[in-house]
Amino acid sequence: MRLVVDLNRCQGYAQCAFLAPDVFAMHGDEGLLYDPQAEAAQRERVAQAAAACPVQAILVDELDLAAAGEAPDA
Amino acid sequence: MPDTALEQLKRSGRIVVVGASLAGLRAAETMREKGFAGSLTLIGDEPYEPYDRPPLSKSVLLGRADADRTLLPRRRALDAEWRLGVPADGLDMAARTVRLADGDTVPYDRLLIATGVRARPWPNEAEGELDGVFTLRTRDDGAALARALAAGPRRVLVIGAGFTGSEIASACRERGLEVTVAERGDGPLVGALGGVIGAVAAELQREHGVDLRTGIMVTGLEGDATGRVRAAHLSDGTTLECDVVVVSLGAQRNTEWLTGSGLGAGPRGIACDAGCRAFDIRGIVTDDIYVAGDVARSPHALFGYQFLSLEHWGNAVAQAETAAHNMLSESTERRPHLWVPAFWSSQFGVNIKSVGVPSMGTEIMIAQGSRAERRFTGVYGYQGRVIGAVTFDNSRWLQFYEQQIEATAPFPLPFTTVDRRSDGHKPMPADFPDPSVPTHGPTITLSGYSPADRRITFTPAGH
Ligand SMILES: Cc1cc2nc3c(=O)[nH]c(=O)nc-3n(C[C@H](O)[C@H](O)[C@H](O)COP(=O)(O)OP(=O)(O)OC[C@H]3O[C@@H](n4cnc5c(N)ncnc54)[C@H](O)[C@@H]3O)c2cc1C
Ligand code: SF4
Repeated sequence: MRLVVDLNRCQGYAQCAFLAPDVFAMHGDEGLLYDPQAEAAQRERVAQAAAACPVQAILVDELDLAAAGEAPDA
Repeated sequence: MPDTALEQLKRSGRIVVVGASLAGLRAAETMREKGFAGSLTLIGDEPYEPYDRPPLSKSVLLGRADADRTLLPRRRALDAEWRLGVPADGLDMAARTVRLADGDTVPYDRLLIATGVRARPWPNEAEGELDGVFTLRTRDDGAALARALAAGPRRVLVIGAGFTGSEIASACRERGLEVTVAERGDGPLVGALGGVIGAVAAELQREHGVDLRTGIMVTGLEGDATGRVRAAHLSDGTTLECDVVVVSLGAQRNTEWLTGSGLGAGPRGIACDAGCRAFDIRGIVTDDIYVAGDVARSPHALFGYQFLSLEHWGNAVAQAETAAHNMLSESTERRPHLWVPAFWSSQFGVNIKSVGVPSMGTEIMIAQGSRAERRFTGVYGYQGRVIGAVTFDNSRWLQFYEQQIEATAPFPLPFTTVDRRSDGHKPMPADFPDPSVPTHGPTITLSGYSPADRRITFTPAGH
């Protein structure tokens, strides 16, 4: 599943790293590293992380969430 | 509802987007969100769906993510026709068509141009083609460089210490690779953040084991018999052995395809009004052509109506949304693009963020924290007002200073907003390099009022 974090908005609160540690990890005191294309098995956790982020910085693919894929050129 | 031209456009018009990356995708999604039901075509010269570039110099080089797995999440289904892997190579403004390199022409009622920038190549073409010489802008670049770093080179040379070059050096050190950074200016990031902050960035690099050489130029690259790079020649007369070279000299705008079209497009980008409508070469605003993202340059009320070109992720998103809104609105409903510039970078374990236009600043105050701790907020002043701010691991302060910039708050800052133990109660010169000698490509470029203005002030803000 695809995701992106708006790192202008992210304040390094690390809620996401607690909720989905396989996808989000703090890097240094304030920086955040994440896997932009997490395994499907992480869907539940990533959705929780996105909901818990206090600044709503995590955008998860709508199509992934709806599990209705649209592939370009397909 | 009266059947206006706008209603017809929304119902059955043809919108074409050239440049299928961050700005193009977010604009297309916004158009659909606003009820555009006509045909939507996205043209992109890269053969891939829109992907995210910032991870390419960060998690991808650290081996934490694959370059081919940074596809941008979608906000909604697009129902678009995708023309990927084929560049647009011409625009006929009178006929309202875009010509593709494969000979097709695509007609439009509204056109959005979001063709971004590309990496500035090494000036010597033959040397740039040596094996082991890289630039970093695309997913293919990211995959190739990540592979080269994973192979364990003996020494990496990064040419140019803007944000991208510094992030690459940081990734090398984190992987335990020997890395030399050659920078023509006095320090890393000086174009974007000035000499005071550049000095902190230089210490940070050296503490992390980077062989940082400033005030130096790479004069030539040398290959071995098999065409692999083996050494670089430096302006101080020395030779450095290296088996990977990353050319990180900033970016060039993708506007060549518009040459001769009559649109106000050139090496500085495409000039547009505050509502993202492109100017033609006569300085007259067009009705049906819009611009967004790294390729655009647009006037900003907060910064003296100077034209800003921003190579910033957040700008691409915000400007795309504004352009899409305006493309589908009556003129009285249009909105100006008044986004306050914001940028982040992470390197050597430090989270660096900025707001506003630091490079306009003539003075800087360390308002919170201290440089020695590598945790501080620096606030830039210009003509008695706050014009920008930078934080090193102190991003929670940024929003406050963003408000100060928006409110054109006075500079120097009153002591009530300044941390008592900070090391900079007094402003000092921000120490930006001579703007006429650009060190590397800018992330923020300021230029004069008119798109036809030839008296351009070039203010580099290194990337
Ligand atoms: C390695 C790297 C790290 C970055 N890190 C950060 C960061 O930490 N923070 C930050 O704020 N920003 C960062 N950025 C900048 C950010 O990625 C850009 O601001 C953003 O990608 C701009 O989006 P865009 O859509 O305007 O342009 P682009 O992403 O450049 O997309 C333009 C697209 O148009 C295509 N195109 C060009 N010409 C044609 C043509 N004639 N026909 C068809 N298609 C064409 C291009 O190939 C490209 O796919 C980074 C960029 C890079 C490369
Ligand atoms: S929860 Fe949100 S603010 Fe906190 S680190 Fe994650 S993305 Fe950033």
